[in-house]
Amino acid sequence: MAIRTRINASEITEKVSQLCMDANFNLNEDVLDALRDSYEAEGSPVAKEVFAELLENAKIARECQMPLCQDTGVAVIFVEIGEDVEIVGGRLYDAINEGVREGYKKGFLRKSMVKDPLNRINTGDNTPAIIHTEFTSENYLKITFMAKGGGCENMSRLAMLTPADGKEGVINFVVETVKIAKANPCPPIIVGVGIGGTFDYAALLAKKSLLRPLGTKHIDPDTANLENEMLERINNLGIGAQGLGGWVTAMSVHVERYPCHIASLPIAVNIECHAHRVKTITMVPY
Amino acid sequence: MSNVIHLKTPLTDDDVVNLRIGDRVSISGIIYTARDAAHKRLVELLDEGKELPFDIRNQIIYYVGPSPARPGRPIGSCGPTTSYRMDVYTPKLLAKGLKATIGKGNRSEAVIEALKQFKAVYFAATGGAAALLAKAVKKAEIVAYEDLGAEAIMRLEVENFPVVVANDIYGNDLFKEGVAKYERK
Repeated sequence: MAIRTRINASEITEKVSQLCMDANFNLNEDVLDALRDSYEAEGSPVAKEVFAELLENAKIARECQMPLCQDTGVAVIFVEIGEDVEIVGGRLYDAINEGVREGYKKGFLRKSMVKDPLNRINTGDNTPAIIHTEFTSENYLKITFMAKGGGCENMSRLAMLTPADGKEGVINFVVETVKIAKANPCPPIIVGVGIGGTFDYAALLAKKSLLRPLGTKHIDPDTANLENEMLERINNLGIGAQGLGGWVTAMSVHVERYPCHIASLPIAVNIECHAHRVKTITMVPY
Repeated sequence: MSNVIHLKTPLTDDDVVNLRIGDRVSISGIIYTARDAAHKRLVELLDEGKELPFDIRNQIIYYVGPSPARPGRPIGSCGPTTSYRMDVYTPKLLAKGLKATIGKGNRSEAVIEALKQFKAVYFAATGGAAALLAKAVKKAEIVAYEDLGAEAIMRLEVENFPVVVANDIYGNDLFKEGVAKYERK
């Protein structure tokens, strides 16, 4: 029997539309756990109150099916597609963009995309999505949707360090990025770090690292230690929730590393706000 | 934790004189929305010596671009946007009698000086608590610049809108003092 490899474009559209709404209304359990832990750990009464508000906000958003944050973000989509999967009845990227269009309309989500970075005219439907695609040897189509807010994205940074800067240079750059950002990215934040690759690839690694569930450790012990060290130094800054002072500035730091050129040490820091809106769906061909 | 101070708009000098950084405040009455594009237009009007589309004396401006309202609801989710982008415009509006602004994140030295000079305060609302803050909004109507969509100026009727005093009229800054208190060297 032939392997089933077909997936309908219209089905992709429908799923993406649901992901957009689901992510914006229903905060994932790992983020809620991180907020609860932070509430317990926080020493500042002002910051503690912020955590209480954020937990209450998540509850209201879920109950009323309304956006957690009015900035419902750029639609960032990660696609994993089996090498044999065939999309029928349309093209993959068109189907995804149609899903974003539909989801942002149906869900009363804010449309935050402008057609041109200099002319600044709104596209009116939150498209185009930013799409990253990878092939897999598995026979499925996996789509991960992330609503990326503007405030935290604006505080992200990238540098091409020298190999001599090493681990200390990397940690300093990450801590400095959070320090410069202060209250602007809506702390408590999640910090995504990409080390290595090239100029472009480091940034992608940083963004992808954010997809790992909060509260999990990196599989490589050396990287896990690096994450812990960065988290401790970030939380020593005292920025706190909303920048009003406190012990919890970041809830989690995620690091990904990749081979790079003998002359290079690229590092990218992608900052994510506490409204960490990520949802995934896996579709199996018929 | 300090008790919550209840304030009704429009604000008076007596109201702001008593506020200190870190005070939790619950606002009821009318507040106006404006963010980047609306500020640009307001200040252009002032520069041309023209009237503003609403009387800003003793009023509060809230930096927000809400998500669209579902049918039957006054407003969509409406948390604060980052305030520093409005810093270049704020002193000119304070000079015209604006009594408070609400947003998230710290303000420039120029704004902090203007708050002292014109006896006005800056409140921080919790960024990303947009569904919770929407519950405090009872009515919303567009006052000006409908063409700006989410950036239009709206008149919101709010009940118990929760904020914290981030900059008072005495030059204090909760962002600076709070961080200094919890920083570990």
